[in-house]
Amino acid sequence: MFSEWKFTAKEIAEKPDLFLSGHRACAGCAPATVLRLIMKAVRGPTIVTNATGCMEVVSSIYPYTSWAVPWIHTAFENAAANASGIESALKILKKKGKIKHEHVDVIALAGDGGTYDIGIQALSGAVERGHDFLYVLYDNEAYMNTGIQRSGGTPFGASTTTSPAGTVIPGKLQNKKPIADIMVAHEIPYVATASPFYWRDLITKARKGIEVDGPAFLHVFAPCPRGWRSDPAKSIELSRLAVETCIFPLWEAINGEYQLSTPSKVLALAPQKKKPVREYLKLQGRFRHLFTPKFEKLTEEIQRITDERWQRLLRKCGMT
Amino acid sequence: MQSVIKQEILALNGDEAVALAVKQSDVDVVAAYPITPQTIMVERFSEYVANGEVETEFVCTESEHSALTACLTASVTGARAFTASASAGLALMHEILFVTSGCRAPVVMAIANRALSAPLNIHCDHSDTMAQRDSGWIQIYVENAQEAYDSVIQAFKIAENPKVLLPVIVGLDGFTLSHTLENVKVLPDNIVRKFIGTRQLPFVMTHEGKRALFKLDPENSMSMGPIALQNYYFEFKRQQEEAMKNALEVIPQVNEEYAQISGRHYGDGLLEPYHLEDAEIATVCLGSTAGTVKTVVDELRSEGVKAGLLRLRTFRPLPVEGIIRYLQKVKAVGIMDRSMSFGGHGGPAFHEIRHTLYDIQNRPYIVNYIYGLGGRDTSPSQIHRIYENLQKIVRTDHVEHLINYVGLRE
Ligand SMILES: Cc1ncc(C[n+]2csc(CCOP(=O)(O)OP(=O)(O)O)c2C)c(N)n1
Ligand code: SF4
Ligand SMILES: [Mg+2]
Repeated sequence: MFSEWKFTAKEIAEKPDLFLSGHRACAGCAPATVLRLIMKAVRGPTIVTNATGCMEVVSSIYPYTSWAVPWIHTAFENAAANASGIESALKILKKKGKIKHEHVDVIALAGDGGTYDIGIQALSGAVERGHDFLYVLYDNEAYMNTGIQRSGGTPFGASTTTSPAGTVIPGKLQNKKPIADIMVAHEIPYVATASPFYWRDLITKARKGIEVDGPAFLHVFAPCPRGWRSDPAKSIELSRLAVETCIFPLWEAINGEYQLSTPSKVLALAPQKKKPVREYLKLQGRFRHLFTPKFEKLTEEIQRITDERWQRLLRKCGMT
Repeated sequence: MQSVIKQEILALNGDEAVALAVKQSDVDVVAAYPITPQTIMVERFSEYVANGEVETEFVCTESEHSALTACLTASVTGARAFTASASAGLALMHEILFVTSGCRAPVVMAIANRALSAPLNIHCDHSDTMAQRDSGWIQIYVENAQEAYDSVIQAFKIAENPKVLLPVIVGLDGFTLSHTLENVKVLPDNIVRKFIGTRQLPFVMTHEGKRALFKLDPENSMSMGPIALQNYYFEFKRQQEEAMKNALEVIPQVNEEYAQISGRHYGDGLLEPYHLEDAEIATVCLGSTAGTVKTVVDELRSEGVKAGLLRLRTFRPLPVEGIIRYLQKVKAVGIMDRSMSFGGHGGPAFHEIRHTLYDIQNRPYIVNYIYGLGGRDTSPSQIHRIYENLQKIVRTDHVEHLINYVGLRE
C-alpha cells in the first residue's frame, strides 16, 4: 500500500520548497509551516487546490504566488469538489493520451471552516465517489481569515469573535466535532492526524496520503498565534503540548483500522507522561477567562472531555 | 464551401437531444446533479456511460455546487466539460457561475428553464437563467429540440474559441422542449467531432515569465483563481467584457460554419428576425414561445397586418447593433418577458431592449408583456391580443399600459 520512503532531516531541508517564502502569513503561523512540510512530501507531478481561507489569501496575492506547483483556488466550500474535477480530468485525459504524465497527484487544502462546516458536503461527496486525492485539513480552530470566528472545529471554552467569553457565557459551549472519525466512517483507505512539532510523522503521513489509491484525509493541528492570542514563538510548542496533553492525539486509520502513532502511543503506554490540559490552555489568550475564578471549573470539564475522548480512541486502537 | 451532410432523423425530446449532442461532442468530463426538468439529460448520459458509448468521466456529484465546481476545475485542467441543471440547481451554482467565467473556463451547461421557488413550481419560465444574467456566462435560448441539439454542439466551439474563453448556457424551455418529442436531424459523430475540433488552449505568460498553455499543468506552476485586490481585480473584469464583445463576432461565425454542414442556421446566431423587413409592429421573445408567435405572425400577415418577430437567441452578449438594425423602423415593439424583476421597471428583456433603442431617432413605442410564469400556457389568441394592442398604440399614438401581464388573473 505504501512505499518504503525514508528521508533524513538533511534531505528534507535540501529538497526544494514547493510552498515558497514571501507569503503574507503572520509571524509564527503554524498553518504556513504545515503547508511547507506537506509540500516536502510530494513525490512527483502534483496539482494543489486550496479553499478560501488564510492560506489561500496569504499565498496568492496577485501578481505574486507562493506556489511552485500548479495551484487553483475557486471558493470556500468546495476544495474537495475542486479536487474531484481535477482528478477526473487527469484520469480521462491520460486515458485519451492527451497528457504525458504517467500520474499526477492531487492535494486539496482547507481550513477548519472549509472542512468541518461549509465544506463538509463537498468533502463527504468526493470521498464517497472515491476520487484519488489527499485532503489536508489545516486546523487552526476558527475562521481566521475573516477575523477569528467560531467553527465546528473550535474547542469547548475557546473565546472567538462569535463565541466571545462574556460575563455569563464562557466562550464556545460546544465541543470540537470529531472530524477525522467522521472521515474514517466514510470507509476511506487512509485517515490520519498530525502535528507540525512531529514534523517527520507529518511528512510521512502526507506521503502516505499521497501514495494511497483513493481518498485520503489528513487532519493537521495548526496553531494560529493571531487567533489563539498566543506568543508567535510558541506555535510549535503548542503543537507539541496538544499531543502531550492528549487534546490532539496522533493516529492513523488504515482501511478503518485505528492505530496510535508513536508520540501518542508513548503516552498510552506510560500514562504518567500525559500532561494536564491546563498546561496547554494557559499559554493561550483565547482560554484566558478559564483562569478566572468564575470559570475556573471549566478547565476540569475540558480535562474530562479530553480524557473521555482519549479513552475512546484507545479502545478503537485496541489499547485498553 | 462544404456541402450539407446527410442526416439521420430521430424522435427525441429536448433533453435527449442535448444528451446526444454532448455524447457526440467528445466531452471529457460531465459532472451533474439531477433536477426536473433536466433529469433526462443526466439519465441518458449515464446510460451512454454504462454502455461504454462515450469516453467521458461522469461525476455524479452530491450537489450542483460541486457539479459546476468539478466542471470548472476539470476545464482548467484541460478537459472539455459539460453540466446541466435548472431552477434551484442553477441558483445553487450561483457563486460558482462567477468563478467559472472569472477563471475563463469554457464550460458548457444546458439549462431546462424552470421557475424558481416559492411557491415550488417545476414548469417553465426564464427566472432561473435571467437571475444569472450578470454572471459572465454567454446565454443562448433555443426555440425547439433541434436547436437545443445544434446549440450545444455550437456552444463548445464558441466557448473554447481563444478569443472568447467563456462558459456558455444553452437554455431550453422546461417541459415544452425538454420533455416533448420532436423529429431531430442529427449529424454523424465524426462530423460533430470535426466541427468542434479538439479543445484549444491558448498560450499565456506565467508569473515566471514562461510561455505556457493556459491550464493546470505540472510542466508549469501556474496559480489560478488567486486573490486580486484593488490594484488588479478591475482589469480582470474588463477582460471578461472584452471576451463578451468577441463572442458577438464568434457566435455568428460558428452559426454560419454550422449551417454549412447542417443546412440549419438560426438567424445570425444572435438574433432571428421573422418578417421584420417592413414590419410596423413586432414582438421580441426568447425560447419556445417564438414558435407560437411565428404562427400568429403568419396569420396576421395573411390578413395584411405588417407584423413581425425578433427572436432574441443570444441574450448574453446582448446583440445591441442587431437589435437596433432590426427594430429601428418598427413603430411599436412588444417585449415578451418570461420572468420578472420585482420592483424594477418591467422584465429583464424589456429593460435591456428598451435601453438599447433609447438612442435611436424616432424610436418605436416599446412596451412589456410579461407572460407564462410557472409554465402558464400562452395561447395564440393571447399573442393575437398583444399584436392588437400594438396596433392600437400605433393607431392612437398612446400607450395605455407600459407593463402588461398576459393571461393573468387580476
Ligand atoms: C460562501 C462563503 N461564505 C463565507 C466566506 C467568508 N470566508 C472566507 S474565509 C472564511 C473562513 C475561513 O476559515 P477556515 O476555513 O478555518 O480557514 P482559515 O482562514 O482559518 O485558515 C470565511 C468565513 C466565503 N469566502 N465564502
Ligand atoms: S491569522 Fe493565523 S492562520 Fe491566518 S496567517 Fe495569521 S497566524 Fe496564520
Ligand atoms: Mg481556520
